[in-house]
Amino acid sequence: MNGIKKLWIGLGLLALLSPLGLLASNTAWGEWGTEELSQLLGYVPKGLVRFSGIWNAPLPDYSVPQTGEVSGYILSAVIGMTLIVIITWGLGRFFAGKRK
Amino acid sequence: MHIPDGYLSPSTCAVMYTASAPFWYWSAKKVKENLTGKMVPLLSIFSAFSFVIMMFNVPVPGGTTAHAVGGTLMAIVLGPWAATIGVSIALLVQAIFFGDGGILALGANCFNMAIVLPFVGYFIYRAVGRNAAAGSTRHWLAIALGSYAGINAAALCAAIELGIQPLLFHTAAGTPLYCPYSLSQTIPAMMLAHLTIAGIAEVVATEGVLAFARRSIPLWQQPGFKGEEVRS
Repeated sequence: MNGIKKLWIGLGLLALLSPLGLLASNTAWGEWGTEELSQLLGYVPKGLVRFSGIWNAPLPDYSVPQTGEVSGYILSAVIGMTLIVIITWGLGRFFAGKRK
Repeated sequence: MHIPDGYLSPSTCAVMYTASAPFWYWSAKKVKENLTGKMVPLLSIFSAFSFVIMMFNVPVPGGTTAHAVGGTLMAIVLGPWAATIGVSIALLVQAIFFGDGGILALGANCFNMAIVLPFVGYFIYRAVGRNAAAGSTRHWLAIALGSYAGINAAALCAAIELGIQPLLFHTAAGTPLYCPYSLSQTIPAMMLAHLTIAGIAEVVATEGVLAFARRSIPLWQQPGFKGEEVRS
């Protein structure tokens, strides 16, 4: 099999397996949202409240609206990787220019 | 170690964007000088790999989670400058579309995971594996030590950025305004997570992908990995 093709297939498999990452459902250290923090600390720092909601991501925590947790996670992996491939491919073509 | 918005003061965020900016500039310059058309798919594949491997959360001691990054892997295959670009783009997409890591904190997150991580990892890889034959035991050891050192250096940076917040930014009464945990809490917590499970996850991901891909990546097959002249 063409070597590069094997790598693309590997990426696809990883997207399908990505829900394994949901098994460890706790938040990473220092990435708690304001609700979790208020449970941990009994208060939420003022500046943290002010800036934590500055951006509302369309697919928060790799979830897709009206889609199950597992399928949403896989879909997020596919969407994210597709966006990254488009951006890096464009940049890469620009950087490589005429070099083969 | 995706620092969310609100944990770092706006001034810290500005400092971290400023610290990352020259590396983004130099990496664009370096990659523009060296990247070949054949390497473009690898740039995309390893950037996408970094994105997806970060979704594989693993439980770590202390009841939280962490994940591999794949930054040293990308530095080994395409050079550390390309790794800076690839991981930065993965982090940008994570922040904008998935809310993983803040927008204000993106400069800090890129500094830790897209700059410190691949450069430390690559440096250790080169130092340990200098002139080792491709695929030799010492080469694999260099890959393991490099990827382990890279992710831990990044975790330490994140811990320091978080831990200085309560020292520098608090109310008159001493209540923290941003990250409420001090260095004596952030460093043990982050390092415990990354010196143990996340560090091992990074080593396994790096070695695993290189073992899987070694026949697919032309540069990897060159003995002695005298990479500087062919990698960007």
